Amino acid sequence: MAASPEPAKLLVIDDNKVNRIVLSRNLEQQGHVVETAENGEEGLKKIRTQSFDLVLLDIEMPVMDGFQVLEACLNDVDLRQIPIIMTSAMDEIDAMVKCVELGAEDYLTKPVNAVLLRARVNASLEKKRLRDEQRKLFRTFATKEVAEELLRTGFSLGGKKITASILFADIRSFTTIAESLDPSETIDMLNRYFGSMFDAINTNKGTVNQMVGDGLMAVFGAPIHFEEHREHAVRAALQMLKQLQLFNEQQASQSKTQLKIGIGIASGEIIAGYIGTQSRATYTCIGDIVNLASRIEEHTKVALRPLLIDDDTRKGLGDTYELEDLGPTLFRGKQHLVNVFSVEPSE
Amino acid sequence: MSQIDQSIFNTLKETTGSDFIAELIDVFLNDAPDLIAQMHSALATRDSDTFRRAAHSMKSNAATFGAMELSALAKELEIFGREKNLEIGSRLEVMEEAFRQAAVQLEELKSQP
Repeated sequence: MAASPEPAKLLVIDDNKVNRIVLSRNLEQQGHVVETAENGEEGLKKIRTQSFDLVLLDIEMPVMDGFQVLEACLNDVDLRQIPIIMTSAMDEIDAMVKCVELGAEDYLTKPVNAVLLRARVNASLEKKRLRDEQRKLFRTFATKEVAEELLRTGFSLGGKKITASILFADIRSFTTIAESLDPSETIDMLNRYFGSMFDAINTNKGTVNQMVGDGLMAVFGAPIHFEEHREHAVRAALQMLKQLQLFNEQQASQSKTQLKIGIGIASGEIIAGYIGTQSRATYTCIGDIVNLASRIEEHTKVALRPLLIDDDTRKGLGDTYELEDLGPTLFRGKQHLVNVFSVEPSE
Repeated sequence: MSQIDQSIFNTLKETTGSDFIAELIDVFLNDAPDLIAQMHSALATRDSDTFRRAAHSMKSNAATFGAMELSALAKELEIFGREKNLEIGSRLEVMEEAFRQAAVQLEELKSQP
């Protein structure tokens, strides 16, 4: 038999020795590299410690059965993307269908038919390749968790209400800076600046969902909700300021322009969802809170502090932060006074 | 009467490699007596889960080699085990006899090119 165009690394989990041999032999004949495991526990350990392109998983096994392995993989953000093909006897087809409903990629009945095996394995590998490419694309603007969520749910265009933190960051007097530099230098500087800001946001579970010129907007706690979004947003902001310091030291060492930024954070209920059409959509957050975060960011110019937050965000912080109460402030377009706090960058 | 479905066996031989089939048959013929022993002791200890599991493996392996009658008999026992009913009469002995006959044929098939 001809080998498949791109050999993959596969794992066969089956307690039955004959099945293990037949399956791995078949797959090796198709050009793949095959590893085996004798039960679910051993299999899961291998999945966690090695990297596989595809897993063939028996259902009926001692120690840990196929259901348990499947669930463990689906609940792990690092393992979820590995396609799993269930293998079992024809009289267990109900169980296999249940597995596919849970999230298994496909199923194969045993004794396995070599032609079907090849077709399903190749189809699953091909789908995985496409998903990996898509994931890489998503990862450029979102965290791993968000990228997985997007892949899992697809782009349904509906919105939902969610409690989250919104962060705005802007470069001070950027227009003036840009006018003094040549265009390629400006773009190069912006790319390096955004690169380090994205790192700070992504490592704190935030998602950058808008970049306009020199400004960016990030959201924490959406599309996947997590309780500590307020603290994560503030931590990201502090890290951004630290990154900026490093950035500026580097710029200074090359006698290049240094940057100053302002960051504003507000928390509360927002409406989040994809807007656009099926072919082109962006994840967007709408609501008073988004507007407020933007206003607070603008206020950093007046307050002469790099990082300002609203009262709701403050309530989510532990007492390890050094805060300064700037008192109630009235923002343009807002009916009520808003208590604003400055967070001091710690050393 | 042939115990082995020739077309299933030939397909297995083709897809795993004809040089490999003898080794595979040996794995089955070595493991099967263990499975039968497990079923006997599970019957004695009224352990329907172990009984079901061993019958399940026998069913699956027999089907792999095209030993369809053996597979059907093992499947019947697997269902008994699943229903936690170990009043199986002489069914295990019948299955063992089917295995012995299938084993003889598989041994012969090992030496065929």
